Amino acid sequence: MSVELALSDAVSDEAPARVDGRSRRIGAWLGATLLVLVLAVLVFPEWFSSGRPNATDVRHAFTPPSLGHLFGTDELGRDVYTRVVYGAGISLGIGVLAVGIGVVGGVLLGLLSGLGRGWVDTVAMRVVDVLLAVPELLLALLVVAIIGRGSLNVALAIGVAAVPHFARLVRGQALSVLRSEYVEAAKILGVPPVRYLGRHVLPNVGGPLVVMASIGTGSAITAAAGLSVLGLGPPAPSPEWGAMLSEGQAYLGTAWWIAVFPGLAVVVVVLSVTLLGRGVQARRLR
Amino acid sequence: MRAGRRLLAGLLVLWGAATLTFLALHLIPGDQVDAILGPSLSVTPQLRAQITAEYGLDHPLVVQYLDYLGRLLRGDLGQSYQRDMPVGRLLAEQIGPTVQLALSAALAAFVVAILAVLVTAGSGRFGRWLASVIELLAVSVPNFWLGLILLTVFSFRFPIFPAVGAAGPLGLVLPTATLALPLGGVLAQVIRQELELADGRPFAISVRARGASEVHLTLRHTLRHAVTPVVTLSAWVIGSLIGGTVLVENIFVRPGIGRTLVGAVVSRDTPVVTAIVLLSAVAFVVVNTVVDLLYPIIDPRLRAESRT
Repeated sequence: MSVELALSDAVSDEAPARVDGRSRRIGAWLGATLLVLVLAVLVFPEWFSSGRPNATDVRHAFTPPSLGHLFGTDELGRDVYTRVVYGAGISLGIGVLAVGIGVVGGVLLGLLSGLGRGWVDTVAMRVVDVLLAVPELLLALLVVAIIGRGSLNVALAIGVAAVPHFARLVRGQALSVLRSEYVEAAKILGVPPVRYLGRHVLPNVGGPLVVMASIGTGSAITAAAGLSVLGLGPPAPSPEWGAMLSEGQAYLGTAWWIAVFPGLAVVVVVLSVTLLGRGVQARRLR
Repeated sequence: MRAGRRLLAGLLVLWGAATLTFLALHLIPGDQVDAILGPSLSVTPQLRAQITAEYGLDHPLVVQYLDYLGRLLRGDLGQSYQRDMPVGRLLAEQIGPTVQLALSAALAAFVVAILAVLVTAGSGRFGRWLASVIELLAVSVPNFWLGLILLTVFSFRFPIFPAVGAAGPLGLVLPTATLALPLGGVLAQVIRQELELADGRPFAISVRARGASEVHLTLRHTLRHAVTPVVTLSAWVIGSLIGGTVLVENIFVRPGIGRTLVGAVVSRDTPVVTAIVLLSAVAFVVVNTVVDLLYPIIDPRLRAESRT
């Protein structure tokens, strides 16, 4: 998410869109197809693998990738492919939960500051400035240092670190809608705030928020896997992709497949989310 | 006037960051004395009382807060809970390798980006498509996975570079590449867009009309326009390098701030974590302020704009 934001800040507004509409559309379709496949793996893992993720078979430890074991086996003879399939739910779950936390926190803080104006706005935006001055990963690590490790805590940490980005977006959108003539008209007509907030402000904030959340999901999944790689995610037997990668790193010299395939799964998911997000963004801008 | 406002805004952010870290130190669930003592076996009431007095935990929170700010102003970052030493000294010992890695990665990323743009400039539809695919990969591939692939290929399959540690310039190559390639992809994206923009400007037409070659036009004129917006990305680059070094130092088992940080998170040595967060906020604010103040000097057009 921060990459996309940084880019939009740096590039002049008049710069030509480098990728033409057709390749964007093809990219979006590719992303959507991949994502449907990933979701199918997530919801019906048993369709994709008949094994169990934690079934050990020490006699066949460190088997290289083959037809029997597509991604090979790890140090306990567990099938890496089966583990990647069953890990999808955990890895994606943490990422999506984190984005959800970021969106909810961002909407609350952004609306509070957009509607509150005055000193509420000033204080809220100063807080956002402070949080934006710290890299997201460091902010997430600070949260983990306070609340401890584990999958839920990792999701919470990444979500909290994303809050300032969403808050800034929501506030900007809310302010521009609140200053618009139709909201002025609604106010003059005596429409209660709850009505015009629901009818005008939220729908206008929603569009850009969905785009940002969809692009942000990719970086949230990456960040979650990253924290797991650092050993802060779910504990040992979990087939979470970052945790698998971290365990497999010890055998990189002899059995590269243990760490490489879970990482590849992260890459595929992030790529599909990014392609789809960029496609949606291009549509909105048109 | 403008400079004064910028400095004040920067100081406000730093004060906010200090307040944030103070809150983080006191938000830890459970007793702070327990956090300081760690999982030790026998804790006598005398020891608890001694720790409480030593850290001033019996004072009101406001007093502790002002105390904390005062110590920060004097450059005292506090005492590590786990290692019996001041956090400042601990970080001073570790910062060398991290700065070295971050600087070499920043330099490499910039060089990679410029080369990539120059090579693909004017290479037609296919070149542009290929460049955008590579740039998409660069922003989508997590650096921890890239590091792993580089290790597998260049340390284990073909043992060219050491897999572990910071021994010598060879040990710096793979970690630098891991950080620099994704960053280079982002920078290349920005530079390419700006280069195409500058290429259509009237000054480019007039340079062409003088009969100058395309190479001359790019190197002497348009590239300069394309590179200046990168300066506004500096603070973001610093942030992503700080975040990136955390993962890369752990993947490559290099000493440095990132390794120290993760160790401190695991052992819940909060003063070390908050100090690193604070230092990174200082780096961000300083770079941002400097860039803001320098930008009109780098880009003369802004000076003309502010005068009118």
